[in-house]
Amino acid sequence: MNHSESGGGIVTSKQAILERVRACSVPQVQAERSPAEAMSVDIDRFCQMLTDYRALVHRCHAHEAPSIIGRLSESKRLVTPQDFPSEFIPEAAAVVRDAYLSTRELDQIDTALTLCAVGIEETGTIVLDAGPGQGRRAISLIPDHHICIVRADQVVHSVAEAVAKLNESARAGDPLTWISGPSATSDIELVRVEGVHGPRKLEVIVVE
Amino acid sequence: MSGGGIRPQRSFSEAARQELKNRQLRDNLGFATGTIRAKRLNAVSEVGDWEEVRTHGAAIKDEALSHLEENLILLESKVEEAGGRVHWAKDADEAVEIIAGLIEENGAKACVKIKSITTDEIELNDGLADRGISAIETDLAELICQLADDSPSHILVPAIHKNRSEIKALFEEKLGESLDTDDPAILAEAARRYLRGKFLTSGVAVSGANFAVAETGTVCIVESEGNGRMCLTLPKVFISVMGIEKVLPRWQDIATFMTLLPRSSTAERMNPYTSMWTGVTPGDGPEEFHLVLLDNGRTSVLADPIGRQTLRCIRCSACLNVCPVYERVGGHAYGSVYPGPIGAILTPQLLNLEHRQANTLPYASTLCGACYEVCPVKINIPEVLVHLRGKTEKGGAEQLTFSAVAKVMQRPKLFSQAIKKAKFGKRLAELLHLSKGWTESRDLPDIPDESFREWWRNRDK
Repeated sequence: MNHSESGGGIVTSKQAILERVRACSVPQVQAERSPAEAMSVDIDRFCQMLTDYRALVHRCHAHEAPSIIGRLSESKRLVTPQDFPSEFIPEAAAVVRDAYLSTRELDQIDTALTLCAVGIEETGTIVLDAGPGQGRRAISLIPDHHICIVRADQVVHSVAEAVAKLNESARAGDPLTWISGPSATSDIELVRVEGVHGPRKLEVIVVE
Repeated sequence: MSGGGIRPQRSFSEAARQELKNRQLRDNLGFATGTIRAKRLNAVSEVGDWEEVRTHGAAIKDEALSHLEENLILLESKVEEAGGRVHWAKDADEAVEIIAGLIEENGAKACVKIKSITTDEIELNDGLADRGISAIETDLAELICQLADDSPSHILVPAIHKNRSEIKALFEEKLGESLDTDDPAILAEAARRYLRGKFLTSGVAVSGANFAVAETGTVCIVESEGNGRMCLTLPKVFISVMGIEKVLPRWQDIATFMTLLPRSSTAERMNPYTSMWTGVTPGDGPEEFHLVLLDNGRTSVLADPIGRQTLRCIRCSACLNVCPVYERVGGHAYGSVYPGPIGAILTPQLLNLEHRQANTLPYASTLCGACYEVCPVKINIPEVLVHLRGKTEKGGAEQLTFSAVAKVMQRPKLFSQAIKKAKFGKRLAELLHLSKGWTESRDLPDIPDESFREWWRNRDK
């Protein structure tokens, strides 16, 4: 399918394209790159940026987290990744541990509860990299309400620092999801509407 | 028309003349471009070293393009190491063939799609329809265009030419919904209900790609609504088609482009969702991932030393929003899925300057330079426009006239004689319609009775 005759030999499309690229003989240039500069982090500003993009933010100490989560999930059904730390789970909650729940099953659950890998102050972004307590991508996507716990020491100042911090996950081929506020569209007359397909409500618990 | 392709049916001036009659379009576009322009300024001003980031973005793209062969080969090997498959497509037909083949292999009759101009460029939806496969657009604006059998008019807000009451009527007719109001939230809710069923049952999803990192094999999609995440997570098979110019050399380069793109595009600090993945991940997301690397004229753009900067483009649409021509004529006048200033240089080059109507696009500009100023990767669009005008305009009355004028202006005596004859010349030109292209929408300036040099000589007398 990807082959064509050319001058007697069979040339694949890959060879043909690369041959054309080579024929352009573009003079080689190199961009200068410098490592991301580590800057001090302002958690107040991180929270402000999250709020700016309509995420709901709650700040607390670790031991207060379960009661906040209990209140936020309103004792509805809650899904967590298999390895989500028990210390954050409220006692009375109807928790389902994700053991490859089907998409349909996930669709019946109200709230997803996960950790994250990195928080970015300058943009109010949280990044999930499938690491501990984060689970597979479907969990934080299908339920209409996502509660994400960020430890203050996971927050970096800039996008560049976040990318540097995610270096290992990227090299390991882990899927990354960057989240900045709830899903949104401005497709109709540029009016912003929150919540199209992803969770319509994003709550971030910043644990200090 | 659902896809569009890149071959204009009309010359730009013909198309512009018709599109300018559409008052509704012009009002909507004026509002949209004005709003985004103001928001973008805010988003950009928050980045203290914005100009440096732009310069860096341009440098990374130039490096990527100057090592394109090795970057593509590295990308291929990294994606395949991670369990993905890479396909190469010389042109649109081959890309459509590959994608259709993959869908058929899986016994599917339909696929869900993430908004992608590249798939519009190759007219994928029509190509699939010819083979009995339906492609369902899942981006809200693209869904609106698809249901209305209309083509997108703006890269970023494709349905900006439709207002809420039109969309309400469309959803009621095509989705069988009965809606109380035309509130955008209610309309978005209707789309959510309709599409959720599609996401939960589709076996194959197709997308474009914003970036791919050669050294890690990471592919990246930037979006807002979550339809991308749905397509990327739920179906068993995921296919991305990506122009070969989208490859970035290093993982750390993602930082530069995740700073440049959202602020230039939707004028946000960061878009709601960005997904990055490498091949397949067992137990998480699709079981099969295919990356189709597309040339379709990109190598002919790369061959031109001045034109090749066009390939830095990251499809942000900032140049559309500042262009005085685009703001008035709208996207459809460009006759290609790539409208606005970037389209005026990209479309004719992708067609190797062999398409007569596409070759009129470099004239769709006043050369004001606003597009260059906002471009996050510093594409000097005015420079390329002028360069392409020079390459496409061979001979003709205009060139003859200007070379004659140049000769005359080099000889002072001849020049002053010519000035005396200018009044007569202008009259003659008008009678013979020689200057029609210039005078259709404006008058030639009046020639004064006395030339400046005569006035200077006579001023003390």
